[in-house]
Amino acid sequence: MAARAHVKYMTEGEGGLSAALLAGVLVCLFAAARAEDAAFAFHAYLSAAASLGGLMLVLSHFAGRDASPVPQEVNGKPNYNLGPVKFAVIASVVWGIAGFLVGVIIAFQLWAPELNFGLPFTNFGRLRPLHTSAVIFAFGGNVLIGTSFYVVQRTCRARLAGELAPWFVVLGYNFFIVLAGTGYLLGVTQSKEYAEPEWYADLWLTIVWVVYLLVFLGTIWKRKEPHIFVANWFYLAFIVTIAMLHIVNNLAMPVSVFGSKSYPIFSGVQDALIQWWYGHNAVGFFLTAGFLAIMYYFIPKRAERPVYSYRLSIIHFWALIFMYIWAGPHHLHYTALPDWAQTLGMTFSIMLWMPSWGGMINGLMTLSGAWDKLRTDPVLRMMVVSLAFYGMSTFEGPMMSIKAVNSLSHYTDWTIGHVHSGALGWVAYVSFGALYCLVPWLWNRPRLYSLKLVEWHFWVSTLGIVLYITSMWVAGIMQGLMWRAYNALGFLEYSFIETVEAMQPYYLVRALGGVLFLTGALIMAFNLYMTVRGSEAEEEEQVPVLAPAPAPLPIAAE
Amino acid sequence: MTTYHVLSQFAQTGGLIYFMLLFAAVAIYALRPRNSAKFERAARLPLAED
Amino acid sequence: MAATQTGLWKKHEFFEKNSIVLLIGTLIVVAIGGLIEIVPLFYLKSTVEKVEGMRPYTPLELAGRNIYIREGCYLCHSQMIRSMRDEVERYGHFSLAAESMYDHPFQWGSKRTGPDLARVGGKYSDEWHRDHLKDPKSVVPTSIMPSYAFLDRELDFRGIAADLKANRAIGVPYTDDMVESARADLLAQASPDSPGVEELQKRYPKAVARDFDGDPKRVTELDALIAYLQMLGTLVDFKLYDGKAQDNLR
Repeated sequence: MAARAHVKYMTEGEGGLSAALLAGVLVCLFAAARAEDAAFAFHAYLSAAASLGGLMLVLSHFAGRDASPVPQEVNGKPNYNLGPVKFAVIASVVWGIAGFLVGVIIAFQLWAPELNFGLPFTNFGRLRPLHTSAVIFAFGGNVLIGTSFYVVQRTCRARLAGELAPWFVVLGYNFFIVLAGTGYLLGVTQSKEYAEPEWYADLWLTIVWVVYLLVFLGTIWKRKEPHIFVANWFYLAFIVTIAMLHIVNNLAMPVSVFGSKSYPIFSGVQDALIQWWYGHNAVGFFLTAGFLAIMYYFIPKRAERPVYSYRLSIIHFWALIFMYIWAGPHHLHYTALPDWAQTLGMTFSIMLWMPSWGGMINGLMTLSGAWDKLRTDPVLRMMVVSLAFYGMSTFEGPMMSIKAVNSLSHYTDWTIGHVHSGALGWVAYVSFGALYCLVPWLWNRPRLYSLKLVEWHFWVSTLGIVLYITSMWVAGIMQGLMWRAYNALGFLEYSFIETVEAMQPYYLVRALGGVLFLTGALIMAFNLYMTVRGSEAEEEEQVPVLAPAPAPLPIAAE
Repeated sequence: MTTYHVLSQFAQTGGLIYFMLLFAAVAIYALRPRNSAKFERAARLPLAED
Repeated sequence: MAATQTGLWKKHEFFEKNSIVLLIGTLIVVAIGGLIEIVPLFYLKSTVEKVEGMRPYTPLELAGRNIYIREGCYLCHSQMIRSMRDEVERYGHFSLAAESMYDHPFQWGSKRTGPDLARVGGKYSDEWHRDHLKDPKSVVPTSIMPSYAFLDRELDFRGIAADLKANRAIGVPYTDDMVESARADLLAQASPDSPGVEELQKRYPKAVARDFDGDPKRVTELDALIAYLQMLGTLVDFKLYDGKAQDNLR
């Protein structure tokens, strides 16, 4: 091999991917020419351009690299591949702000419908999936892919499997986001909540996801540690289960292979159960299992304490994935879904409270012996508060899955409040914590630009969350009670529109809570940007970040 | 009705056994003394520098 | 466990044991849960009641339904009346599974920012729907629904036969006759005086042919959407439905 080191050959991966992307360009152009609707033509052109861009990236990567393969180790230490992680981190911040902004806009639309502007692509009905997908899949998804690629390398002490594959995952996933988001604005949707993208976007995501699984598994296979760290269990369960859910829930019959419209193969009650089996497990495996993996790595790391009980973490894992998968039918209480399925869903939802709190306690107790750090380190505080919110919403959730409670809460804003206490308080906070840890580590900075700004972020957005969830509690419970209120003569007391009017002040409070949360995220973006730039604000009491990398020479490297 | 009864009977007993076995297997794996050194080390995995 | 090879495909220990056990174990646990919960719904006959009157959507109704989906109406309006006293009194008989048996996808919804629409058909006039969709505040002064005035544009129904075919492929009982006459039926339903109406109603019992958008010259998206809204919940005759029949007890 050494003798031929000066001759550069394309690897199978480079050659194969180039050929696939070239074929992609041609297929997409052909599809664009035959397109039966404008949205499909637009997406076909977009895909052709993306394939061409990808092809150019592969070729320039080939032109720019050394003839010999990238070393797996440098000086006896793993040669970690951090480029894709950096990309995912930046993408998550950008998409996060976009998603929070759209959320704020639609929150104000409910308060002042004039803000819909009467245009097709600015109406609530098209922006709402844009908001949910942007925050769940674009923000959350990039956080998950980025952190999983980081954690799996660190805990396996091995470089990511493949050279192009991790980039394919990160870029391909973000291209899926672009397809989905532009599709919503053009009215391309299957109307299945959190699975709105049409058949061709779903197929693309399936390809990306399989490669993601292979990269993740391939890295585990290269590991130097005999034991697979528990965070990787959670990541693996997240990847595998989402693949299964995604494929089953998106089975559909396209009207034409050159058109955007398709009809899901299931109908009515079966479609409803499969959708909510998917929908609730998107919560369970995307928004919970994946972020628990973040908890099991970043909290011990940041607190400099070992995982409180590793045994508990194992029981936590199996109990959680076992029970979550059954919980979906609680979205369909008192509907035309058979009673046995409703009862089954309710039972497992209630039991789910136990593993959820087991995990939360495990995370919190990891701080034992380091509680004082909560006073000095706002990043750690953010992650610990995220666990508190996790505990709160995993108590609220089982409670709302009880049929009697659900009869009041279902269809109301209480559900919206519940979702956001989990999404803002748990998912976003633990993500922010991970981002605050990762950025200095990835860019070799000794510390964040400013911990004061992290304090500001924390307090501004916490106030926002509190406004959001309390207003939605009041609104939702009031709505539910008004719908079922009877007057003395035995007639329904309120017309529907009276219950809508009653919501108005709470919708305004909710929107203002959203503004605060968005403000916090903007503060974070500024802080992270300045950290990457290598600036440091003049502050007293700076707590150095626990850089896991071989201690970088501060700034001198610049 | 009969299909329903047969199925629900099977699901209820089968489910109970399945759940208990799964839980027992996980608990044994987690609590087995032989594994304790491994888990001790694993708990500190995030902290190890390289 | 160490591997020095570069390519993923050159690895000897391709199937490393622990990770595969973990992978398969996870898959088994999650698959069993899903299967036990979902599969019986397809096989238990009691899941979907036996009712009279259900038929596939007419081409115009289907086009309207697709607009309903495209604009995300389901995000604020449910189509699922729960079996609770106040809901039955407010909206009508609780929804049956049979009523959405041809719905690909289902439109039960998860949030009622606006009222349930499962039985909105026939409750308001076409004119009311027209005004309401164009400017909701003109008929409901405190409404927070956006304006859908832009739906007053030509309906694109060139591919409507293909839509019926796709539905047929996944189990909706559209006949060859229905697929062939899809365009004619669509036009007939939007123009009440045309001779095709009788044919339409033979193929689709209870189909109502009207000039839904008040503009006889054009077939607009408003025509389609209002035709869909006006048929919602009107197919099953609950005077003939026996909820206590052995087959319908669940």
